[in-house]
Amino acid sequence: MTNDIAGIKKADVILIIGSDTSAAHPVIAARIKQAVREGNSKLIVIDPKRIVMADYAEIYAAHRPGTDVAVMNCMMHEILKNGWEDKEYVESRLEGFEEFKTEIMNDKYSPENIAKISGIKADTLRAIAKLFGQAKTASLFYAMGITQHTTGRDNVWTTANLQMICGNLGVEGGGVNPLRGQSNVQGACDMGGLPNVYPGYQNVTLPAIQEKFEKAWNCKLDNKVGITITEMIDGAYDGSVKAIYVMGENPFLSDPDQTHVIKAFERVDFMVVQDMFITETAEFADVILPAAAYAEKDGHFTNTERRVQRINKIIEPPKGVKNDWEIIQLIANAMGSDWNYQTVRDITQEINALTPSYAGITWERVGRTGLQWPCPNTEHPGTPYLHKEKFARGKGLLSAKAFQEPDELPDEEYPLILTTGRVLQQFHTGTMSRKTQGLNNLAGPMVMISVEDAERLGISNSEVVSISTRRGEITAPAFVTKRISTGVIYIPFHYKESPANRLTNPAIDPIAKIPEYKVCAAKIRKIS
Amino acid sequence: MKFYRSHILIGIDDASLAAGVKEIEAILRSELQKNNLSEEINILETGTLGLFGTGVSLMVYPEQTAYVNLQKSDIAEIVEEHFLKGRPVHRLILDNTLVRKYDFNYKRRIVLNNSGVIDPENIDEYLGTGGYEAWEKALTSMQPEAVLQEVKASGLRGRGGAGFPAGLKWSFTAPIKAEQKYVVVNADEGEPGTFKDRLIMEGDPHKLLEGVMLCAYAIGASEGYIYIRGEYKLCISRLEKAIEQARDYGILGKNIFGSGFDLDIFIKIGAGAYVCGEETALIESMEGNRGTPRSKPPFPGVAGAWQMPTVVNNVETLANVPAIITNGAAWFAEHGVEGCTGTKVYTIMGDVRLPGLCEVDMGTTLRTIIQQYAGGMKEGKAFKAALVGGAAGVFLNDQRLDVKMDYNSLKEYAAVLGSGAILVMSHSADMVDMLWSVLRFFRHESCGKCIPCAKGTQLLYKLIDGIRKGKGKESDLDEMIRISNGMLKSSFCALGQSPCMPINSAITNFREDFLARIK
Amino acid sequence: MIVYLNGKAYEASPGETVLQVALRNHLYIPHLCFHEKTGKAAKCRACVVEVEGMPGLKTSCNQPVTEGMKVTTNSKQVLDAQRLVVDLALSSGRHDCLACEQNGNCELQDAAYYLGITKPSFQLYDDNYEIDDSSEFIVVDRSKCISCGRCIVGCNHTVVNEVLNYGNRGYETKIVFDTDLPMGSSTCVQCGECVQLCPVGCIIDKRTIGAGRTWELDKVETVCPYCGVGCKLEVHIDRTQDKIIRITGVEDSPTNNGMLCVKGRYGFDFVNSEERLTSPMIKENGKFREASWEEAIALVASKFTSIKDEFGSDSIVGLASAKVTNEENFAFQKFIRKEVGTNNVDHCARL
Repeated sequence: MTNDIAGIKKADVILIIGSDTSAAHPVIAARIKQAVREGNSKLIVIDPKRIVMADYAEIYAAHRPGTDVAVMNCMMHEILKNGWEDKEYVESRLEGFEEFKTEIMNDKYSPENIAKISGIKADTLRAIAKLFGQAKTASLFYAMGITQHTTGRDNVWTTANLQMICGNLGVEGGGVNPLRGQSNVQGACDMGGLPNVYPGYQNVTLPAIQEKFEKAWNCKLDNKVGITITEMIDGAYDGSVKAIYVMGENPFLSDPDQTHVIKAFERVDFMVVQDMFITETAEFADVILPAAAYAEKDGHFTNTERRVQRINKIIEPPKGVKNDWEIIQLIANAMGSDWNYQTVRDITQEINALTPSYAGITWERVGRTGLQWPCPNTEHPGTPYLHKEKFARGKGLLSAKAFQEPDELPDEEYPLILTTGRVLQQFHTGTMSRKTQGLNNLAGPMVMISVEDAERLGISNSEVVSISTRRGEITAPAFVTKRISTGVIYIPFHYKESPANRLTNPAIDPIAKIPEYKVCAAKIRKIS
Repeated sequence: MKFYRSHILIGIDDASLAAGVKEIEAILRSELQKNNLSEEINILETGTLGLFGTGVSLMVYPEQTAYVNLQKSDIAEIVEEHFLKGRPVHRLILDNTLVRKYDFNYKRRIVLNNSGVIDPENIDEYLGTGGYEAWEKALTSMQPEAVLQEVKASGLRGRGGAGFPAGLKWSFTAPIKAEQKYVVVNADEGEPGTFKDRLIMEGDPHKLLEGVMLCAYAIGASEGYIYIRGEYKLCISRLEKAIEQARDYGILGKNIFGSGFDLDIFIKIGAGAYVCGEETALIESMEGNRGTPRSKPPFPGVAGAWQMPTVVNNVETLANVPAIITNGAAWFAEHGVEGCTGTKVYTIMGDVRLPGLCEVDMGTTLRTIIQQYAGGMKEGKAFKAALVGGAAGVFLNDQRLDVKMDYNSLKEYAAVLGSGAILVMSHSADMVDMLWSVLRFFRHESCGKCIPCAKGTQLLYKLIDGIRKGKGKESDLDEMIRISNGMLKSSFCALGQSPCMPINSAITNFREDFLARIK
Repeated sequence: MIVYLNGKAYEASPGETVLQVALRNHLYIPHLCFHEKTGKAAKCRACVVEVEGMPGLKTSCNQPVTEGMKVTTNSKQVLDAQRLVVDLALSSGRHDCLACEQNGNCELQDAAYYLGITKPSFQLYDDNYEIDDSSEFIVVDRSKCISCGRCIVGCNHTVVNEVLNYGNRGYETKIVFDTDLPMGSSTCVQCGECVQLCPVGCIIDKRTIGAGRTWELDKVETVCPYCGVGCKLEVHIDRTQDKIIRITGVEDSPTNNGMLCVKGRYGFDFVNSEERLTSPMIKENGKFREASWEEAIALVASKFTSIKDEFGSDSIVGLASAKVTNEENFAFQKFIRKEVGTNNVDHCARL
């Protein structure tokens, strides 16, 4: 998030697009609902599913999955047409506006034309643009509904375009606010758990950066960008990847096209999995190393608003279990290295020393409420919202993205659009949440289907049906509801007994390398 | 203009409607027609005649004969005897001795002066009695401040129960700058045994509207709301008609009388909860929430309905305002007593010969009210007690018959005027039963917001119920006093603070009744 | 500004209430409905005090302080009024501390103790309450409800799930879910905000019943392991078994302000799960066997070294984790970059 959670109530208008907020980020949803209930903010929800947040919205619109760029470009088309953009902001803080405007003002983005593409009525599109465009401060929240597309990167760019022309970036209560889906996904990115950057998003290809880390770690480092998770699976499949070391992940359930993943895991020479449980992925490992749970260790998580918070050791780990960093150090030293971390604080210090945005977030300073990066020195109070006076790159760059259809569209054989996501009571691949029986009692596998489609197919509520795509087939009980658009079905991906990712399309965004979980063509069939 | 020999006023109120007044009226019309009297005798529908328990009643002018408890079969006889032959039907007339005693007190009436006289559903009749003159006068020749000052100078005190000076209340709201202000009429008359507001609204709805208008002008409000009990169906329909007529005449609406002042009035129907007579609970209910009181401050005058400055006044209070503006504060202050000016409308019930409404000067003694306006005690009944002020009132014994009925005088006896309900009891009444009924009422009407009231009213009921069933102890009496006094100190609103009044007065003044039930 | 409580001067700031100043200075005034988050309801009336120059008694929870204000919290009049309120609350329902989960953590108990009430003076209702245990994680025992209203404010204004409200009125007032449905059939999402706000033992965590007295449990703050909001948790631990008993939200956390969701509050079973792996495992002939740490680490190190030597650094890839700490992710990418010699490190941020 460019902005902070406490600032949510400062927005006049809040747009949620591609986030089932009350299911996936319930406490942020509560903050947004508070803002609406107290009369501070008006809410716009754009989602193919009539999510709970829609009940609190001033305007709710269901768009066809994968048409986010089209919808937002149309909003900007209307905003520019009516002069609702923040002219002073555009003038002083942005660049590329003229070129951008030429593209966006193209008639193909008019409400009438986008209505045909998105399925949202032209008048509704106009009303959305008006409410959003005329707001003094508007914030935008999204989650995987924006990113998990072959056009994921374009979608993200477009959210930024929208917020830039409206002057909503770098202001309290505004912002582009992606909601991070896991407890420390932000921290994993910040700490260089990415093939192109060291901790603090320092590029591996920059010689000065490379030199800094080589000196600190007393070794030679590679300046070539590594491969991403989807490429790793492909590499294992085609034999270029020989060994996989997995720490606390379960790609078996979380990666697209499960059949492909299974083959990849089977082909790889050597696989190490470090986890709390023998996960579905761990079944394929050659060695499993037992790791401690969050409750059994000290350290830090970084949340979605960039707040670094302390996690404390609460209980002793079971006998025979080690901390992840201890295991890594053991392997490193067994490979002949000379790691010598005595406690986790030694690593925190190294992070402070090598990561400029974390330099001031020392063990001593984090305290009970944490600190938001960037925090460049030990005097700095942290940064509630980014881009306050200027953007990281100086001027904000506008770059219009043309609408592109998703990789796989419905056809005669697979007439429905399958989209995936989460439910409130379960989490990710279920490794943690499914150990609590009460949560399982509340939420089991399902496929959400519209009343119209269910009637057409003769499917009744709770009836177990077969769902298939070009990649595979699963079964799940049907949940017949008015909350989903006709022609769209929805499956939560938490369940190994009904694994949604056996169905999903592994086509990825060419740059962000993110798979298109949110759109593929599917069909449903009665079993009996 | 057409002249008639006689006028028959038919009191149409909820009670007479229930007794079949409409059917009787139709018979009366056809009987007059049959006897070719339609051109000589006029029939007028009006509000209450101020009588209670008299079923369908007619008042014949100019002789001022009151026919009561009429049945369909009586009508032909009345028409033939009274209107054709000029011989009143004595068996149907209100007790002759009573009629002599009974003073309708029209001369001193301010609020009820039109009730039982004009047709409440016809704005022209109200205009004909000088209605809306105050409104016109205010809008065309007075500054809002002057209206406010006039009301202040009149000494008018709120008639809802607490007796807070109306002008002072308005003056808190008038200077506040706000995008919207409201006048809210408290027409949620919930005090048991009180129905004076109903009869004011039924008998003279335009008077209330004019009061709302003057208040709105004085404080700068552009919307008025009448929060009224849902049971008051006739009031609601008459008010709706009155508002409609006022809009048609340009008395309500935009730029009234070319003054640039805008005002409209709306009706909000309540669901009949005693606590919604408390102004903040009323506002909560009006906003669509549970009817429970709000913390004060902020007072409604600063942040009331929808958090905007709001003046909440009782029906009777506002109905006094037009006369004050028309005749001036000094004229008004000639009524009543020092510190408590004007008249008061009482609802008198119980063992009196003429239960019903009367409007008399503030400061009139209880004895005068009972003797003169209620016709005295019923035959063979001697005065034992009067519950003055409704459920949240006090039980007075015969030592207090000469107390002056006004806010200040009653205070000396720890009593209250409240809404002006007077329940007169003779020796056949048992104070244990009376108090039981009052405490059951409080238990039922507590909103449940605060612990002392929600739980305390239940406890008090349990104690009195025990005494009533012969299972009580003498110490229970002290306990009831202790608990109700504690509730007075800690309850959220007046509801929980009230039971101590009937309890203390009943137990102190009529202890022997209680001891008789305790073995 | 200076205010005087029972004759003693205290520093106070404008906007503070008498109760806030008193509690900040460890001067107890009984209070049942006040909570920093749900506001100054002035509903329970247990916090009444005398303020010089003001008529009657004032509720200290919503009485703003003014310069030089003189407050008495311990006069007979005040204590009598407070005692009546607390006595009435105790007299309505079944406040049996012996069997109550909240024993030792109950605001009604605290108030009664302070006022010297040893047992309720009355019995206001017949003893025929039903316990609503229809929900997975929460039990509602209305016989313990004192209608403080915190749960209702929390449900409607804090988490804004709008499920709880009052039903009936007066002495029959009770909290209801939707249209007075059993909690388990209502639209409740079991976020547990009401549990956290309940001052007594009316709304409690189902699974902690009998699991440990509040004073026996250690409390440690940490961060929720589920989604990325980063809600601060307070974990209540039974040290004798190293077991998590209960989780509550940290009220003064800027991220969650005490709120949690059903997973964060109740989904902690995995930590103490029987299925936890407690020994390294090595696969032989398609089957896992337990191994010592030394053996497992040696095997991994030698395999990585030989593959690196034979196929080059880029033939090895590592998946970091969105579920472990910054420090561990740092160590992991350092291992892949430094010891393996490749930038082939990623994690499931995209998935």
